Amino acid sequence: MFDITGYYEAHSLANVFELLKEQPTARIVAGGTDVLVKSRARVTGFVETPLIGISRVAEMKGVIMADDGTINIGALTTFDEIEHNKIINQNMPLLSQAVSLVGGPQTRRMGTIGGNVCNAGPAADSAPALFTYNAVCEICSATTTREVPITEFYIGVGKVKLQPGEVLVKFKITKQNYQGYQGYYIKFAQRAALDIANLSCAALVKVTENKIQDLRICFGAAAATPIRMPAAEAYGLGKEVSNDTLTTIGDYCLQDTKTIADWRASKEYRDHLVTVLPVRALALALKDGE
Amino acid sequence: MIQEIEFTLNGEAVTCAVDVRKSLLEMLREDFSLIGMKEGCSVGECGACSVLIDEQAVDSCIYLAVWVDGKSITTIEGITHTDGSLDNVQQAFIDAGAVQCGFCIPGMIISSSQFIKENPQPSRDEIRRALSGNMCRCTGYQKIIDAVELAVETK
Repeated sequence: MFDITGYYEAHSLANVFELLKEQPTARIVAGGTDVLVKSRARVTGFVETPLIGISRVAEMKGVIMADDGTINIGALTTFDEIEHNKIINQNMPLLSQAVSLVGGPQTRRMGTIGGNVCNAGPAADSAPALFTYNAVCEICSATTTREVPITEFYIGVGKVKLQPGEVLVKFKITKQNYQGYQGYYIKFAQRAALDIANLSCAALVKVTENKIQDLRICFGAAAATPIRMPAAEAYGLGKEVSNDTLTTIGDYCLQDTKTIADWRASKEYRDHLVTVLPVRALALALKDGE
Repeated sequence: MIQEIEFTLNGEAVTCAVDVRKSLLEMLREDFSLIGMKEGCSVGECGACSVLIDEQAVDSCIYLAVWVDGKSITTIEGITHTDGSLDNVQQAFIDAGAVQCGFCIPGMIISSSQFIKENPQPSRDEIRRALSGNMCRCTGYQKIIDAVELAVETK
């Protein structure tokens, strides 16, 4: 049994806020693939607390393209749904590729993209892609709605900018942030499935006439939060695509990463990967993964 | 805290007054005496507790029992035909010699059943990916993949 003190299931977004008011100490659970695992491990804040289940809140599910081309991804959309969603596949293939590498099939059917972000693990597979697409988080409370760019949403390991009573409802990606880009995500781990990345790298690039028009690189597990690479991105702008350019972009990444050693990999190993993975990811992005 | 839930279990409508702290695995094993699915890792990594919920394989150890309210559950016991004869996926696992200790096999068959239904002509790589959420410590997986190929052929 899970050591929880109660369970309350929300039936609509409005109901989530009512329950949060009645149970201010409760923790929100979506697919349970992080919250219930942490509860099993008796992590503080995940035991001896009530849970509010939101997995039946329809307003927070699914992918919709607005008239202006903005893609809205409900926070409760599962990895499996995103991997196979037509709108995502056609317009944001980097995200679809990234979420196809989460855990195993069972995890991908339950785990949600909003949960993946709010759990704020440094190695979360959906995050680097969302960072490179400049996704914006729509955060609602009972009375307010505010937007926070995902690049500013993280505070640290397991911590995001959510106030008590607030819920991450959806991600928004505007057309100019996905149209015309090519991307690739590399999850560097010991196993192909059911593993957590030693380091991960999402690269998104716009190239015309062999010149880099825009470049975005984000690492997972290279700092306490997913982290973009401003120095490397600035260097790459306007450069011709060549082996030298890509290698130099990789070297520039070390200026912004803050890798650590843990039981998964040493700092030296991660730093080596920091210089190598963006080169591979960019090369594969420009060749459509071939 | 007890909650009344109604769901379909292996084709039969059932109700249960369940402790909200229970996982689906605990409810099925303790309240319904269905012990085919196993508790391996308890954290959604090994797949030994897999069941079909609305025809999708999920790990029942990290799935709250109350979440099945209104849904349809198939356990390994429900894969076996009502007359007691084996489903062709089960028979294929036997014929391919895919079973050693057997602990992971109910989960393997649950994942395989959904996969074969959705992919009538899978490649070996597709089978591997479909079963990547189920771990086996005995077989080295080759004969399990052989079994799924055999189940596809004998469907």
